[in-house]
Amino acid sequence: MEILGNKDTRSGFGEGLAELGAENENVVALCADLTGSLKMNAFQDAFPNRFFQVGIAEANMISLAAGMTIGGKIPFTGTFANFSTGRVYDQIRQSIAYSKKNVKICASHAGLTLGEDGATHQILEDIGMMRMLPNMTVVVPADFNQTKQATKAIAKHDGPVYLRFGRPVMPIFVKPNAPFKIGKAQEVYTGTDVTIVACGHMVWKSIEAAKVLTEKGISVELLNMHTIKPLDVSAILDSVSKTGCIVTAEEHMANGGLGEAVAQVLSKNHPCPHEFVAVNDSFGESGKPMDLLDKYGLGTSNIVDAVEKAIGRKN
Amino acid sequence: MNKQELIEVSTQVRRDIVRMVSSVKSGHPGGSLGCADFLTFLYFDCMTHNSKAFDMNAKNEDVFFLSNGHISPVWYSVLARSGYFPISELSTFRKISSRLQGHPSTDKNLPGIRMASGSLGQGLSVALGTAETKKLNNDPSIIYSLHGDGELQEGQIWEAAMYAAAKGIDNIVATIDYNGRQIDGDVDDVLSLGDLRQKWQAFGWEVYEMDGHDFDNIKETFTTVKAELGKGKPILVLMKTEMGQGVDFMMGSHKWHGVAPNEEQLQSALNQLTETLGDY
Repeated sequence: MEILGNKDTRSGFGEGLAELGAENENVVALCADLTGSLKMNAFQDAFPNRFFQVGIAEANMISLAAGMTIGGKIPFTGTFANFSTGRVYDQIRQSIAYSKKNVKICASHAGLTLGEDGATHQILEDIGMMRMLPNMTVVVPADFNQTKQATKAIAKHDGPVYLRFGRPVMPIFVKPNAPFKIGKAQEVYTGTDVTIVACGHMVWKSIEAAKVLTEKGISVELLNMHTIKPLDVSAILDSVSKTGCIVTAEEHMANGGLGEAVAQVLSKNHPCPHEFVAVNDSFGESGKPMDLLDKYGLGTSNIVDAVEKAIGRKN
Repeated sequence: MNKQELIEVSTQVRRDIVRMVSSVKSGHPGGSLGCADFLTFLYFDCMTHNSKAFDMNAKNEDVFFLSNGHISPVWYSVLARSGYFPISELSTFRKISSRLQGHPSTDKNLPGIRMASGSLGQGLSVALGTAETKKLNNDPSIIYSLHGDGELQEGQIWEAAMYAAAKGIDNIVATIDYNGRQIDGDVDDVLSLGDLRQKWQAFGWEVYEMDGHDFDNIKETFTTVKAELGKGKPILVLMKTEMGQGVDFMMGSHKWHGVAPNEEQLQSALNQLTETLGDY
């Protein structure tokens, strides 16, 4: 796997948003006092009349965004994932999801890799909350390039979207011109022994794991499942019909996340051994991002172990 | 529309309200009756709007948001009576598969409704969002919103209040249904709002007071208020109303906030409300 550089996914959002601003005058952006953290400065500087600083008032921001759609604007809200979901769930539910408003909820600093700020800010339940909402599309891009592509793609999608990205600098591996289609998984590796389905930063961790597994003679098929909802069911079923077992990997609670979504598909259509690399019913804590992934069972070695376990459960 | 015509509409709207709520033995008659005059005024004598070709984007139209969504009966009646959908559809209120949900929603595409409401405290923010879009679109139309007084206990209202003044949103008129009552009792007993005029003024709003049952006073207030738009400050109208207005046994108490009249009570209510435009 060729590494194209190292950047944070939030910067991919910032670049994508600024380009969108130039391409579509209906795109507006709202931020709750985290413009720098969300990398929204470029948009703010270029389009000050379409940038709305709302202060530390996330509920107001979400409902404002819903109201702005009436008249044709496409609002992008920006704050941390915790304040983008848990804090404003009812506002999203009533005014965006139920009312089918064309708002893009853009959430940075998701998961453990937020790091030192600790558990109050490390939301691990947001994918679950958002994928439970009818009408909501949930996108979790893997790297800088894909986050930029996703940011631009969701503007063209008519309806509510939750876009989840993060804080740490991570390797870039998605080609800048790679096709990005909401709901269509990206095949990173083809293989025959095991399917790994991952999203967000865990796609890179899975690439690292695949390297170790390949050296052990295990053939890995890796799907970058950047859209959690709608889930690319056929990509999952096509893959497991070949490999016969699966590992899901996500920077999220096992409850409610990508793994559960995949399990639902498998239990209905193709029951097979399934191992979950996810946080197990626990809050996070302060620490360095990669140390936290290791401590909470989301490290490269955890994926390797899960793969071997899944393969071992095959008859 | 002259005062007599407005009274005829609002009297019919009150009949619709008690009949709708009674027919499904659920819903919120108290606040609905209290706001019948105001909503009649807005839709029949105040707003620029097109009831015949509903446009979600409301281009060049004034927009009304009902934040206290539980008083949906009055809104549905006024929308139907002003031509948004057939009056006969009022008979489906709260029944299965109806477009007239217990609380207003957009997902069944009922013309006239642009945002779901019911969970309280969100409508002022929503209204301000649309007000911002009107400004971006150089659309000089006006945004109107209505909120319960009990609803002001929700913190988000004050986030929105702060935002509107800080950003100088001056194309909005928010109105408070100031009846002093909420489900559990008098607002003063449940959680006093203190001096509302001073609170809103301190938050940077121009505040007007109005009698919500006197069409002369309503007209006069809104003529004044409209002349104050575009001057850099948001406008709030504290509208004194009586919960249950027009039905004697529902007035003077919080008890009819969310209770439907039985058959006997319905007849008593209808005897007090002349059928002016024909029942649905």
